[in-house]
Amino acid sequence: MSEREDTSTLAAAVDHNRRTERLTRTWLLAPALVIILAISILPLGITVLYSFLTPGTYGGVTWEFSTDSYVQFLFQRDIFDDTLVFNSAYLSIFLRSIGLALGATIGALILGFPTAYFIATKPREQRNIWLFLITLPFWTNLLIRTYAMLLIIRDEGIINIVLMKVGIIGSPLSILYTDTAVFIGLIYSFLPFMVLPIYASLEKLDFSLVEAGYDLYASRLKVLFHVIVPLAKPGIVAGCILVFIPGLGAYITPELLGGGKKLMIGNMIAMQFGASRNWPFGSAAALILMALVVVVLLVNALATGREARSNG
Amino acid sequence: MVRDLKAMLGFNATAWICIVTLYLPILVLIAFSFNANRSVVLWTEFSLDWYVKAMDNDGIRNAAWVSVKIALFATVISTVAATMAALATTRTKRFAGQGMVYGIINQPLMIPEIVTAIATLSLFALVKRMTGLTGIGYLMLAHAAFCIPFAYMPIRARLENMTLTLEQAAADLYAPPLKVFTLVTLPLLGPGIVSGAMLAFVVSLDDVIITLMVAGPGETTLPIYILGAIRRGITPEINAVSTILVAVSVLLVVLLFFVQRRMQR
Repeated sequence: MSEREDTSTLAAAVDHNRRTERLTRTWLLAPALVIILAISILPLGITVLYSFLTPGTYGGVTWEFSTDSYVQFLFQRDIFDDTLVFNSAYLSIFLRSIGLALGATIGALILGFPTAYFIATKPREQRNIWLFLITLPFWTNLLIRTYAMLLIIRDEGIINIVLMKVGIIGSPLSILYTDTAVFIGLIYSFLPFMVLPIYASLEKLDFSLVEAGYDLYASRLKVLFHVIVPLAKPGIVAGCILVFIPGLGAYITPELLGGGKKLMIGNMIAMQFGASRNWPFGSAAALILMALVVVVLLVNALATGREARSNG
Repeated sequence: MVRDLKAMLGFNATAWICIVTLYLPILVLIAFSFNANRSVVLWTEFSLDWYVKAMDNDGIRNAAWVSVKIALFATVISTVAATMAALATTRTKRFAGQGMVYGIINQPLMIPEIVTAIATLSLFALVKRMTGLTGIGYLMLAHAAFCIPFAYMPIRARLENMTLTLEQAAADLYAPPLKVFTLVTLPLLGPGIVSGAMLAFVVSLDDVIITLMVAGPGETTLPIYILGAIRRGITPEINAVSTILVAVSVLLVVLLFFVQRRMQR
């Protein structure tokens, strides 16, 4: 066999290997991709389609193009002369949701950062236990946790009973079914999402930098805000996004703790598919929510991109 | 001057407040599920009455059975699909479109659940109208889809930490690829697959929003039953069922913790 022939069979073998590898990979990926494309991504396309249709009389849609759903978000059509009047009802639900989600993010950050720091400064062998303690509640049902919170903050709940027994308050604080209740519930639900990424970035923190700060006569606060926080920034940003996005779309928390009166976007969308039977409007609202989420993610991606460029 | 480098004023206290806040509500719930009195406020004495009542309740029993059926189906489908996908993304060379594959697999995690829920409902309504098929299959498929990323994460992590040496050694000893896979790769991957399956099971068992939107008549899972019961009014029976569900999740996650600890060694 000549040397030339040898290399060509080798090349053919390599080529064959590559082809089988590609084939294997395709088959291995197929089930996961097919299921997610069919049951998660295709439906999003249908949602886009539905948002441009006309509501059916008994729910569902009639196949008639209309942009009414998007118009309805901001305006109300006058029944008599068909003019559009600005209507802030839906907009205010969106704004309240954004406000509550932002508030919960800040609250979770104020509680979560010190907690992550506390864990990161524990001896290495203890850290896993602490982390486990933080994540364990996350794996217990969100609905049940929210219900448990309801038991605590209602008028006859533990908090009020203790406060009244101690004599701090004379009559129970009415927290349940207010924005405060939803706010507390959101922090409680998503707190672990804040702690974990911040911990991940603090764990890598080099404490000799902190020591250098002290050597240069920086105060504790200065060291915290000029050394530790900047180094933990990726974790802080990740945590804020992880709390803000599910907070924005929350359904159970406002449903139980807001008593169905303090609506958020999630409840409003669900309502359009239930009692209100306006699927196109529900779809449009869901897409506006998605757009908000995408904006948050894009802003983050751009910011991290710019930072990486300016650092590199 | 000597000072504790790492200490920050008030940080320890905040951390403890966090831990207490995370656990206090759940502990109160559990405690009052054992209360003899109907009250969810006043403690009288220890009793298992509410558990007996909950077990006797047909609605709860049916809901529990529906939950387990769906969770088992979703776990098997999502774990198999996730294992295959994880092998494809870690055991072959980097390929064009790999980023997109990651994006698609993680997609159910990045979209607010309520959006996934109504989108899935829209699709299934369309399919139902076209085919006339109804049944619990829709719910099972929906669960399988959103469980995939949860199963995928630990399996992929495990694969990335496994060196190829053992597999290559087996191949050098003329083991055919299928034998290498079943006798070497799969046993090594075992803990990852177990973790993935447990996560998928817990996630399916706990889902509310997607189930609420997609479920047809008579397809009540345990969380949906609990939600309905809370809306009708608080009873200690709910505390008992909730405690059981919490116990199941906690048990699985504690098991998972030990599986992962073994994995690290």
